[in-house]
Amino acid sequence: MKSALAILSVVAFASVPFWLRDPYLMNALITTGIFIIGAMSLNLLLGFTGQLSLGHIAFFGIGAYVSALTSLGFDVGLPFGFRIVHAPWPPIVGFVLAIVVAGLCGYLVGLLSFRVRGAYFVIVTISFAEVVRLVALNWVELTQGPLALTNVPLMTIGLPGLGDLTLRTKLQNYYLVLAVAVVTYVLISRLVHSHFGRAMRGLMENETLAVSVGIDVTRTLTLAAVISAGIAGAAGSLYAHYIRIIDPEVFAFINTVTMVIMVITGGKGSLAGPVVGGMIFGLLPVFLRPIMAPEAQWIAYGGVLIVILFVLPRGIVPSLALRFAKRRSRPEKAAPVAFSERSVKEHA
Amino acid sequence: MTPAATALKVEKVAVHFGGLVALSDMNFTVGEGEIVSLIGPNGAGKTTAFNVVTGFLDPTHGAVSYRGTALNGRKPHQIAELGLIRTFQRTSVFPNDTVYDNLLIGLHRQGKVSLLEAILGLPRALSSQRRLRERASELVEWVGLERRAHDLAGSLSYGEQRLVGVALALAAEPSMLLLDEPVSGMNASETHTFVQLVRNIRDRGVTILLVEHDMPMVMSVSDRIVVLNYGRIIAEGPPDVIRNDPAVIEAYLGQGATRA
Repeated sequence: MKSALAILSVVAFASVPFWLRDPYLMNALITTGIFIIGAMSLNLLLGFTGQLSLGHIAFFGIGAYVSALTSLGFDVGLPFGFRIVHAPWPPIVGFVLAIVVAGLCGYLVGLLSFRVRGAYFVIVTISFAEVVRLVALNWVELTQGPLALTNVPLMTIGLPGLGDLTLRTKLQNYYLVLAVAVVTYVLISRLVHSHFGRAMRGLMENETLAVSVGIDVTRTLTLAAVISAGIAGAAGSLYAHYIRIIDPEVFAFINTVTMVIMVITGGKGSLAGPVVGGMIFGLLPVFLRPIMAPEAQWIAYGGVLIVILFVLPRGIVPSLALRFAKRRSRPEKAAPVAFSERSVKEHA
Repeated sequence: MTPAATALKVEKVAVHFGGLVALSDMNFTVGEGEIVSLIGPNGAGKTTAFNVVTGFLDPTHGAVSYRGTALNGRKPHQIAELGLIRTFQRTSVFPNDTVYDNLLIGLHRQGKVSLLEAILGLPRALSSQRRLRERASELVEWVGLERRAHDLAGSLSYGEQRLVGVALALAAEPSMLLLDEPVSGMNASETHTFVQLVRNIRDRGVTILLVEHDMPMVMSVSDRIVVLNYGRIIAEGPPDVIRNDPAVIEAYLGQGATRA
């Protein structure tokens, strides 16, 4: 039933351009879609390992800059008289490099912070995003600083037999984002249902027990961070080649918060959660804009957020799923949580 | 002391928490296929000894080895890789997963296919997945929790959660199983069933080290007993010898009499 619902959703999303002609709404859907991919990657960490990355936009922004710079080319001076001159490469190479470089950054952040975890991970990720933002702002020779990287080339895809296709229209970009989103969804779904996903769940629920059955904490969490960061980098690359202008504001904290809101309201730890939460909070501002003054829009935005969390505290998707499941088994509100022996190591 | 080959060897192990000596100079061995119990009054250092063997605690001095491999400095999951698997004193399950899913998590050591194979859904990953599901069902049946298989582990009774804990440990395919007070909180009939279970596990060739307070249970199931008091071994031997050992009797019964 679940997979039928997923296929139905994909068909519904694919049909949108056939009945929606408004370019403004199409634009909103594309950027929302890109943010949903980011939110899905955040959910992999937050929902399935319990680690909150409050600097997640850093991986997104790094993806955006890497992809933009790869396709624009650059000429930078380094200390000791070295220079790097890079001639423009096709945007699709930038897309791949965005995933690789963002994933590498995820590895470094994971390696640094997962020995201690929890609050430390939150702090390391926030700092990381801020540091990256400052680099983007001040390394003017490479990033143009606040002047922004402009004229980022459009995404070009080589299709077998058809030659290169440059994605100029909103329609083409819409389908590209949809395709990447579907691949991401399937990837994360496969991942969380594999032994690796069970290891992540085990660690989140009872770390001591998970370790005792042979699950390697650092390796599991670092791998999750790498994959999550890589996906965020892919989303950043899509953003760069669609918006075509990238400045350090992409690293703004509010962008991370938007992704966190999408994940929490939709339901962390549920595959469809970020999609549902993302559609609501990605499109809400679009619908509020014509009917409200700007100040009132944000109040309404906050109001919707509070109402959702108040009525469906577990998030929309898990709460609804639970309601459907109730007729099958006896009602179970909050499952009693067993004692864990988390504190054993702390006595050492 | 026993003709069987030595599985676990604990040599001159001491653990200090600051100024407190939790264990001092502990030596004992467990032979392959043996059931050895570690007993002693509260605070004698039993759980500390357990945590040292399973890598959750680093000893201040001394060495632990399993089948000739030194365990010092290894992380818990690495020790688990060697086949040395423990259960925990209090209930320890993955509370928000069903019993069946708990066991799938516990089967981690068996399910290792590469991530890429799992993501692409290659045949090897699928067949491994199928094998794990069969194994999980087997284990659920083996500890007698078929009826509860699809309930959340956190919603089970205390005794049932204990059984899940043991099944989880078994899922990790131990060659040696360490049980930390497995029957505390169980009623007499549950304990009786559990003793049968422990014997069954041993008959499958698994070595067992048990920490327990329930004396009748310990006496009936153990091949050999090691008695700890104040972090030191005060006696060691088969149940009949231990039952009549004056030092043991004093440790358990004589404290009130000697206290002025």
